[in-house]
Amino acid sequence: MAYDVVVGIEFLYAIATLVLISLGLAVIFGMMRIINLAHGEFLVLGSYAATVATHRGVNLWIAILVIAPATVALIGVLLERFFIRFLYGRILDTMLATWGLSLFVVGILTLIFGETTEGVGTPEGVVAIGPYTVSIYRFVVIGFAVLTVAIVYGVLRFTRLGLLARGTMQNPAMAEALGVDTSRMYAVTFALGAGLAGLAGGILAPVSVVFPTLGGSYLARAFITVIGGGPAILAGTSAASFLFGIVSQAVSFLTTQVYGEVALLVVAIALIRVLPRGITGRFFRGSL
Amino acid sequence: MMIDRRSVLKGAAAVAGSAAVAPHVRAAGEPIKIASIYDLSGGLEGVGKPMHDLLMMAVDEINGGGGLLGRKIEVVSYDSQTSVQVAAQYAQEAALKNKVAVAHGGITSASREAMRPVFDRYRTLYFYDTPYEGGVCDRNIFCTGSTPRQNTDRLVAHALKAWGKKGYVLAADYNYGQITTDWVKKLAKDGGGEVVGNEFFPLDATNFGSTISKIQAANPNWILTVLVGAPTISFYRQYAAAGLNSKIPVTSTTFGAGHEELTLKPEESDGIVVCYNYIQSIDSPVNKAFLKRYYERFGKDALSVTDLAMSSYQSVHLWAEGVKKAGSLDRMKQIEALETGISYDSPSGKVSLEKSTHHAIFDTHLGVFKNREIQVIESYPQQRAVDTEEVCNLVKKPNDHQQYVIKVK
Repeated sequence: MAYDVVVGIEFLYAIATLVLISLGLAVIFGMMRIINLAHGEFLVLGSYAATVATHRGVNLWIAILVIAPATVALIGVLLERFFIRFLYGRILDTMLATWGLSLFVVGILTLIFGETTEGVGTPEGVVAIGPYTVSIYRFVVIGFAVLTVAIVYGVLRFTRLGLLARGTMQNPAMAEALGVDTSRMYAVTFALGAGLAGLAGGILAPVSVVFPTLGGSYLARAFITVIGGGPAILAGTSAASFLFGIVSQAVSFLTTQVYGEVALLVVAIALIRVLPRGITGRFFRGSL
Repeated sequence: MMIDRRSVLKGAAAVAGSAAVAPHVRAAGEPIKIASIYDLSGGLEGVGKPMHDLLMMAVDEINGGGGLLGRKIEVVSYDSQTSVQVAAQYAQEAALKNKVAVAHGGITSASREAMRPVFDRYRTLYFYDTPYEGGVCDRNIFCTGSTPRQNTDRLVAHALKAWGKKGYVLAADYNYGQITTDWVKKLAKDGGGEVVGNEFFPLDATNFGSTISKIQAANPNWILTVLVGAPTISFYRQYAAAGLNSKIPVTSTTFGAGHEELTLKPEESDGIVVCYNYIQSIDSPVNKAFLKRYYERFGKDALSVTDLAMSSYQSVHLWAEGVKKAGSLDRMKQIEALETGISYDSPSGKVSLEKSTHHAIFDTHLGVFKNREIQVIESYPQQRAVDTEEVCNLVKKPNDHQQYVIKVK
């Protein structure tokens, strides 16, 4: 019984991690149709920001929740202004450009920090569930994932900014005709996506080691989740994370992690074959 | 200047004349080229850079002492970028374009097995200086890194004695991880214990939640990790976060090889037991003198010297001893000289090459991590690569060119 609880927690944790790492990409790719191959590096930048801040004495939670997303959002704004905005509508060029950007970021991080950076220890200790001990931080991550989705939903649905962003993404010409400063909306939306990636990086920093090439481990899964999720960025990402998280964890528990990854990929392939527009291309259509 | 027949003939004669004279003039001072093919980017640079740096240090020491056969050694460095394809490509370039006298390189067994046939085909001597799973039997290669019987033996014996009979193995999912896991299972059984569970991981696994739950469910007395790949270091952090590192102790065949302890908090790596040929805290005059030179060269804030970096360093010196004995850079003469029991007084102790296996005989030391440094628990002198000796005999079969997958029965 206790083991089942632990397994359940691990399932939720896997889903939560997928949601967190994919949400930023869902905004940038899902809303703006920019294939951002530097998404993994945005995550890593968030992790580094949180790590550096913590080592400088900033409170861990502020470093994770404020400094990490703010830093990457700022970098996102600068990138959008000076780099990405010239590539709207040019999908292949964006892929090449963001791929180059990712290599550049990895190089810069290696130059500044070297390969071995002492990371951030996992806070909060453990809780006992029967004879098993589980890190409390796992629950914290799950909580943050839920909170992040709720906040993004709130912003997009209930604020003026969210309305303008959604309108601009749906029909930029009409939005501009109605007086919206679309180029500023693009910058804001890109910054939001980057900030979300930074937040995910910050939240995940205490459970992993931080090094420049860490982004590569997350990029593939983030893309698979976003594409599998479909056009509705929140409902889709959540649904896809749920599906892939459960499948990969179940197989990992029954066999090994290698087969868990394989299972995730097989399900993704099957999903795209059956639902080419992703889960929310068919179900939950019209939702956020 | 008009290009007419006379000037062309004059020019051709001049070139032919100088070409006839020049080689003899060039060869005397021409440097000996050796290749260094290590991963300096792409994920394994934490392991590759120190190995490359110590190779350069050894070369500079040899050059500083007058060079080899009166010539300076020049290193052609390649960054194999943690990619097996790139490694194989550079192996070919080193052999064909640069015609190096010897190539040192390869970290993962996958990259070694991609480069070995290339060096075989183009008859270039190859030194593989990284600890691995054993079994390579090829007269063109010298494997100077430790094999399972030189380290895993000791780790399992220590674990069974100090902690208990039940073990759990976590390993990277490729030949090194798989073969080492087989060895651990056999050694545990031979020692009266058992491996109650094992799991394999891709090199970029980051979430070990399911593994940690399974370990707790299996309730072993100790775990042994054969993890490779920087993301997998997250395991130690997550393991400590679950409060397990003090309850179920860890021993590892790979931890510390790439300064992994520096990416973790000291508490997260305290207590991990390892067994290496070289541990920086070895108390010997050769080691102390070496460390003095090391910190002078790389600065007092330089990272500690890992077993793999020392393996790279001592292998270059071993090769140089072989060349001195051979008196020539001819490949077969080098090989024959290296087979005569060449040895070198390394900071890790006496290291020699064994004729029938082309593997190394050296001291090994059991150590434990404390505050990011390894303290020596016990030392074992002059360990032989027994596992490879059981399957490989290059004296009887000098044309063997394969890696035996040691069937662990």
